[in-house]
Amino acid sequence: MIQHMVDGVLVGSIYALGAIGLTMVMHMLRFANFTHAELLSVGAYIALVFDKLFTSLAPILATKIGPLSMTLALSLAMIVSMALTAASAVVIDRLVFRRIRQRGDMLSMVFASFGVALILRNVIGLIFGLGTTLYSKDIAFAVIISLDPLLMVRPDQIAVLGVALVLMLVLHLVLSRTIFGYALRAVAENASLAQVNGINLGRIVVAVWLIGGALAAAAGVFYGLTNQITPVIGRDLLMPVFAAAIVGGIGSVYGAAMGGFLVGLAANLALVILPSGYSPSVPFLIILVVLILRPNGMFGEARP
Amino acid sequence: MMGLLSYLVFFSTVASILAIAVLGLNLQWGNAGLFNGGVAAFFGAGAYGALILGGTPQEVHLGGFGLPFGVALIGGMFAAGALAWIFGRLTLRLRHDYLAIATFGVAVTFENVMRNAQWLSGGAQGIRGFARPLQAELGAGLSYNALYLAMVAALLILTYLFLQHLSRSPFGRLIRAIREDEEAAQSLGKSPAKVRLTAFVTGSVIMGLAGGLYGGFYAFVSPQDVLPILTFQIWAMLIVGGAGNNRGAIAGAFLIWGAWTASGWALSKFAPVEAQLYAGSIQYILIGSVIVGMLLWRPQGLFPERLLVSHSGQNNRTYKPAGE
Repeated sequence: MIQHMVDGVLVGSIYALGAIGLTMVMHMLRFANFTHAELLSVGAYIALVFDKLFTSLAPILATKIGPLSMTLALSLAMIVSMALTAASAVVIDRLVFRRIRQRGDMLSMVFASFGVALILRNVIGLIFGLGTTLYSKDIAFAVIISLDPLLMVRPDQIAVLGVALVLMLVLHLVLSRTIFGYALRAVAENASLAQVNGINLGRIVVAVWLIGGALAAAAGVFYGLTNQITPVIGRDLLMPVFAAAIVGGIGSVYGAAMGGFLVGLAANLALVILPSGYSPSVPFLIILVVLILRPNGMFGEARP
Repeated sequence: MMGLLSYLVFFSTVASILAIAVLGLNLQWGNAGLFNGGVAAFFGAGAYGALILGGTPQEVHLGGFGLPFGVALIGGMFAAGALAWIFGRLTLRLRHDYLAIATFGVAVTFENVMRNAQWLSGGAQGIRGFARPLQAELGAGLSYNALYLAMVAALLILTYLFLQHLSRSPFGRLIRAIREDEEAAQSLGKSPAKVRLTAFVTGSVIMGLAGGLYGGFYAFVSPQDVLPILTFQIWAMLIVGGAGNNRGAIAGAFLIWGAWTASGWALSKFAPVEAQLYAGSIQYILIGSVIVGMLLWRPQGLFPERLLVSHSGQNNRTYKPAGE
């Protein structure tokens, strides 16, 4: 039970990173973006490529950081991956979403996001194979924290939680302390009014994609590190990330962060009662409960 | 020659069944502007419902009520409609993309439950033990398949006529009026929520009919038949055919199903053995490209809807995104 809760919080940090980006995009551009989860797998695979590259260029980078299976090379690769995934999110917007958006047809945006997701997922499968990979072949041993109740945590999981919290703190500071953060929130509240005040909307949209893409890449690397890397990461994380965004209320960054942890917890606790085969259904059950009890989420507001 | 003929019969049967599902989607998306991300679930509810009701008794899973095919088919349609009603009630009054997320979730969960609930659906092995209607009297050959095709084609035409009639009826005008300008319709005392729910449930019942026919044709259904790719295929059919146009929807179904089977055949014939494993990925990329490509370059489809409204409210009906 406690083990499930600990695991839930740890995986919850990954969901939270994914959901923050998703909720920002959904709030700003007003469409359910089914491509977002694929950015997690894009991020995981870009990091895989650069991890291999850095390790072969400078074998010294392959040393592990403390008790983690995370290496210096992988940390560098993660930063590169965050930048490149952020850039690809902007490119996808330029190529597809912006052009459809300009026609003002929101329904088509959702359809297009499914289409893009299908293409991305299967192109990744074609390039990297359909099997699973790992960043490090070494087995990461779990540390026993207590014997009664039995509680085991892998050092990687703690590190992931820590870095995820730092990333969220940075985002919080940017949104609440900088002029850019104010501009971002102003646009989300009232785009026309923000524009009157001289805010460049195009730039804000790019910024939202950059933030969403970077956080998604981090989440993807963390997922790969604590589970495994497969081309279907996006498919598997799609519903948990959506559930987290809906639990928090679409548009609420803090809600999405909370929602991530809640969904992680709830999904792991559900496994206490449900057979594990049903775990893909759990995020949907959470969405249902939220839609029945509090349709606009914990921190969301009603919007047309 | 006989081989080709029986393949044509087989192909047309499946394409006609899918065309019925596309017609159902057209009512939801093309006419009412509702996003259904879980076509596979409503199709599957029809298929599973019909096979459970119409099958012979089985030990491993529920079912084996042995009802006549017509009754089983209606039962499957009812199952699909009930599913749509429950989730429509919950989501249709919320932000429009909640329906997309919820229906997609329905499909994921439906497939997951069918795969795991051994007692209900036979789990991953699916549902067997279904006697195809009149199989005993007619035998299993080409003539039987031709007769099944005739039945499917008749139901396709009936569905088409029903929807054509519906779109010319006051209800059809109301659906389009709400799609084009919700507030104007509301000011005339109409309830958009009720009309949307009716359209959503009706479309899903039609998908359930398609699912029941599909299950009856193969006399078998398994979780493999209700994967999300089915939803994407049916969307592609509607997008290619042109949302809003029923004849276009049927043409789109035949075109995309033809392209799908042709690409599958070509890949299995010409692709090197090592690449065979990836044939599915390539086909998925093709479907994704069709969806994205059509939306970018020909959003009205190959056979666009002839607008029956006095002016197109395209830009008024969707709130503009905050960006740009």
